[in-house]
Amino acid sequence: MKPAPFDYYAPTSLAEAAGLLARLDNAKLIAGGQSLGPMMNFRYVIADHLVDLGGIPEIAGIALAGETLRIGATTPQRELEFSDVVAQRCPLLKAALKHVGHRQTRNRGTFGGSVAHFDPASEQPMMCAAHDAVIEIASVRGTRRVPFAEFGVDFMTTALEPDEILAAIELPLWPQGHGWGFHEFARRHGDFAIVAAAALLALGPDGRIARASLTLAGVAVVPLRLREAEAALIGHAPEMAPIEAAADLAGAIAPLADIHASADYRRHLARILTGRALADAAARAAGRSVP
Amino acid sequence: MIAKRNISVEVNGALRQAEVEPRLTLADFLRHTLDLTGTHVGCEHGVCGACTVLVDGRSARSCLTFAVQVDGRAVTTIEGLGPGAGGLGVLQEAFQRHHALQCGFCTPGMLTTLTELLNDNPDPTEDEVREVITGNLCRCTGYAGIVAAALDAARRLREGEA
Repeated sequence: MKPAPFDYYAPTSLAEAAGLLARLDNAKLIAGGQSLGPMMNFRYVIADHLVDLGGIPEIAGIALAGETLRIGATTPQRELEFSDVVAQRCPLLKAALKHVGHRQTRNRGTFGGSVAHFDPASEQPMMCAAHDAVIEIASVRGTRRVPFAEFGVDFMTTALEPDEILAAIELPLWPQGHGWGFHEFARRHGDFAIVAAAALLALGPDGRIARASLTLAGVAVVPLRLREAEAALIGHAPEMAPIEAAADLAGAIAPLADIHASADYRRHLARILTGRALADAAARAAGRSVP
Repeated sequence: MIAKRNISVEVNGALRQAEVEPRLTLADFLRHTLDLTGTHVGCEHGVCGACTVLVDGRSARSCLTFAVQVDGRAVTTIEGLGPGAGGLGVLQEAFQRHHALQCGFCTPGMLTTLTELLNDNPDPTEDEVREVITGNLCRCTGYAGIVAAALDAARRLREGEA
């Protein structure tokens, strides 16, 4: 339960960090260390070099740029949870973050670290999927921007190359007045989701659904956007019948089965939680408060 | 050969300097290097919360923090929570009054976590107290005494009991 020996580096710029990562063999990046730490203590991960991103100001912090929320990779989950701009402009993210671990882990755990770690039951990659995020990636070869749909490759596997650093996440914001809903089932509050469902809805001038985003976590190797169910909502009034029809589509997926839950149980949760998330989103989009 | 690193950390108000291996966790630095054994080590993978300390006033798992990462920062442990000379603080006295501990293994982590909560939010609801201690496992008390102690301490601190 003690990590294997490693050399430690604390670069103060992104360029310095990228240079270290390009030069060192078997190096790992550490930000908050709340996922990597347990893996190192268990010796699932044995790194020869640890490059700490915590001292690089250019990849920390939250900025509103037009209608995009730019989240520096090393921004702690706590900072997002208590951010006014997140509360006002990206309330789904705030709601989801309350389910990420515990106060002590959110104080140190970072948004970018979780996205790069890419646990299929984590709420943070899920938020990237829900918002069609763009991931900014840096290396000695320069900077590239990857749509989130191309970022997630497979179970715990992303498009990041070994010498690349996840520098920032850009979340395109939904219009003021949009509706949102988030529901999760876990064995205990703060545990990884068995299933989590997130919904975003925007109504057109006619009061009908003009835009929808439905995302599940915990059911597949990557966060799952429910495109068919989203399409089925468009043009309908935000009422129970179309919501139930969309929830039925969520309950028709082919989910993972593991020690925590069977595929049948996950299908059941997917339908129920999607219905609840959509009902909350519809109520908020229509200007009603949600308890 | 791994190079050791020199670190300077303010621990409970006193500057402590040491040469440490990078892989030394903050928990082991506190317990083995500084002999501050009040910080308890339970699961060593961030689940149980027993090792919780405050880093610059924010609760953190000292088993998931390396000592080299707190170079230049201020760490508060259970030994630094009271008024000094073995006295108890308001929260600690409330724990005693409400039987909020039995074996005592989780207590240092509970106290550091709740100290942060009461600093941030002097008037928490019962739900807020329960939410914040989801990150600390207690297998003796059933949590009722801990929640009662936190709410009692919050009330006394608001009413100005030093």
